[in-house]
Amino acid sequence: MRRTFLAASAAAFLMACLLSGAVSRPAFAQTLRIGLREDPDILDPALSGSYVGRIVFASMCDKLFDYDSKLDLVPRLATGYEYKDPTHLVLHLRPGVRFQDGEKLDAAAVKYTLMRDLTLPGSLRKGEINAIGTIEVIDPLTVELVLKSPDAPLLSQLADRAGIIVAPEAAEQAGTKFGLHPVCAGPFRFVRRVPEQEIELQRFPGYWDAKSIHFARVVYEPIVNSAVRLANLQAGTLDLVEYIVPTDAPAVKKDPKLRLVMDDSLGYEGITFNTGHGPMAKSPIGESADLRRAFALSIDRKALIQVVYNGLFQPIAQADPPISPFYVPSIQPLPRDIGAAKKLVASSGFKPPIPVTMIVPNSPDLLQAAQVIQSMVQPAGFDLRIQAMEFASSLAAGRAGDFQAYMLAWSGRADADGNVYSFLHTGFGFNYGGFSDPVVDRLLDQTRLTTDIAKRRDTYGQLWVEERKEMPVLYLWALGNIVGMKKALTGFEQVPDGIIRLQGLEMAKSGGAN
Amino acid sequence: MMRFSLGSRLAQVLPTLFLVSIIVFGLQQLMPGDPALIIAGESAGDPQVVAQIRNELMLNRPIPVQYLHWLGDLLHGNLGYSWRLQEPVAALVAQKLPVTAQLAVMAFVFAVIIGVPMGILSAAKRNTAWDWLANGVGLFGLSIPTFWLGIVMILVVSVWLGWLPPSGYVPLTQNWVRSLATTVMPAFVLGNAIAAILMRHTRSAMLVALGQDYVRTARAKGLSEPVVVLRHALRNALIPVVTLGGLQLGTLLSGAVLTEQVFSVPGFGKLVVDAVFNRDYPVIQGVVLVTALLYVVLNLLTDLLYLLINPRMRQA
Repeated sequence: MRRTFLAASAAAFLMACLLSGAVSRPAFAQTLRIGLREDPDILDPALSGSYVGRIVFASMCDKLFDYDSKLDLVPRLATGYEYKDPTHLVLHLRPGVRFQDGEKLDAAAVKYTLMRDLTLPGSLRKGEINAIGTIEVIDPLTVELVLKSPDAPLLSQLADRAGIIVAPEAAEQAGTKFGLHPVCAGPFRFVRRVPEQEIELQRFPGYWDAKSIHFARVVYEPIVNSAVRLANLQAGTLDLVEYIVPTDAPAVKKDPKLRLVMDDSLGYEGITFNTGHGPMAKSPIGESADLRRAFALSIDRKALIQVVYNGLFQPIAQADPPISPFYVPSIQPLPRDIGAAKKLVASSGFKPPIPVTMIVPNSPDLLQAAQVIQSMVQPAGFDLRIQAMEFASSLAAGRAGDFQAYMLAWSGRADADGNVYSFLHTGFGFNYGGFSDPVVDRLLDQTRLTTDIAKRRDTYGQLWVEERKEMPVLYLWALGNIVGMKKALTGFEQVPDGIIRLQGLEMAKSGGAN
Repeated sequence: MMRFSLGSRLAQVLPTLFLVSIIVFGLQQLMPGDPALIIAGESAGDPQVVAQIRNELMLNRPIPVQYLHWLGDLLHGNLGYSWRLQEPVAALVAQKLPVTAQLAVMAFVFAVIIGVPMGILSAAKRNTAWDWLANGVGLFGLSIPTFWLGIVMILVVSVWLGWLPPSGYVPLTQNWVRSLATTVMPAFVLGNAIAAILMRHTRSAMLVALGQDYVRTARAKGLSEPVVVLRHALRNALIPVVTLGGLQLGTLLSGAVLTEQVFSVPGFGKLVVDAVFNRDYPVIQGVVLVTALLYVVLNLLTDLLYLLINPRMRQA
């Protein structure tokens, strides 16, 4: 018995030594491991709808244009553009670019891809570039897009998934299976994917900007649980985590081996009120703009952000963050004023307590924020009831108009049109509250007619003044991009869209990416 | 008699699976949320896109038509395609099931190695410090939430001590050492509660067996205590424990869901949880059907194991 026990102990000890050695990284050279907050969906640029999918595409598939940290449009596969007139956009392509399977990237490939985006069954890009009427190949490096009508946001779409150019032959051969093995013109080529486990990419030596790439492999690991994501970063099994939740930010800051990079993102958190969508719009807060303004005046955004997010986010009163060129500085959140809020409640004609039911997606920080709001609006006469809901269910409820108030975030777009048009224009898809104002509609349409950013910003300024009268959406704070990484990682450039770009990123020799 | 029992058991499989398929198909229709909106993702604001997706996925057809279409594919050996990943469900199941199976087997081994000996010890050394220690371990296993234990183990073992990777998975066939390294913690967490249950039941069964006349006779004949306990009492005490073990093995498959989420193990449980959140109906249906089949098979194997352990039951 004693001998058996000793033998078992020795075996266990040996096994422990063996297993602990397995914490060391796999024997690949220069591999960058990136943690994602969720598993991407299909890796076909035309069919992908997930945010994290864009992060993987950034390493695999170059776009016609991109954004830099100041949200200026920069050339990528296209070196420049010009408008012959508001409905004729000419794109000039970069010479000498090859796809990862060796095909040449030329005007024909661009035409093929854009047509694919417009016509592929199930394409999620169609609505983004449907201003394109026809596509003309002028010469091998020049494409002309003939638009059905002027469309200022189009260029920003060509700096997103709609601007990813895929290898035509590979796409034709693969057909509907292209997303299982995509072929593009980015710095890394697709190697393999194990759903919900990892996506492995390998450096493409023929990449046109190869000198900016300093890793041989990149592996994306989806880890849904934020605490486990952080643990992986702290344990060194991940080199970078694309999103650190605000409550974990202090832990990353304290760790001498890690670095936290934080900046404004393009997204926002807000509350959408149902003012005209179905029977649920017939609520006091749905029917009275005075009550909605009173609700807004009852909230101290700064205090809310401090309590829930350690002060990491910025309060806003519009859909675009301060970093956006479309941000209107004169539109600021009003400070909390319970006296003024009470007066508005009194003038609304409704007697307090005003019952308001707010749907909140079931995440801990949002529920906490909702509870803070609940206590803030109560002195003004609101009886806020929080209805926690799983995200997919809340989305369905929002779309069906089955809500009075809905706390909803938007990931944000570089062009303000992507943050506003569909949310506030009469009859459009993200206008869950059924808001309708002909003045707002006219101003929104006007913003699309010119590419002059200053003029568009002025129009948005007028729009926000109008919007605040009715307040169909109460904008609370601009979201932030919070990226955690090993201190040894250098060259990281934070861009407000939150996409992790690998150009220029490298690990100091002692850093540990192996 | 044995052949008759096996035959009737096998004949029950298909009706059971058919009933399960109807129930799961029906239940998922009751789930709020539109799959087309989830699939559209950030393009959900375009009604044309959403309508197109609904059309392609046949979501605008009557539910019985959708079910019959799916059943027709199933009868041709096709479990359908994941709406989110557009990979065959059968391929996903084949990929993920071995992961969960590995986790479940390792968890079961942990549970048996910890639970059964502690149960035997607790019964044999009743009302001693060993008994109290075993009961304490049992209470710990039953009380501690899996989620909490997993997070704490990751913090202590991976972050503070750096002994094991915090999450992830490496297939056994790729590197068995790293595979064990990535699964030993989740397996321990998963097996912990089962160990406690096995310990309690082993203890109870052993106490009953040790009180029997044949055990007193064995002692009277001069056999040593270990021989009495392990060779005579344990054999009979194992019958209810094996039953329980078989049921627990089935429970492990579903219990792995939470553990796989915590440790990011890309197994069956994680697959179905993500499918539910993403309203990926074909994956949900495929996983539930395969799970039901596994339960049926496991119950069958448990019955067969009885016959092996106790020869007297072969004559029944």
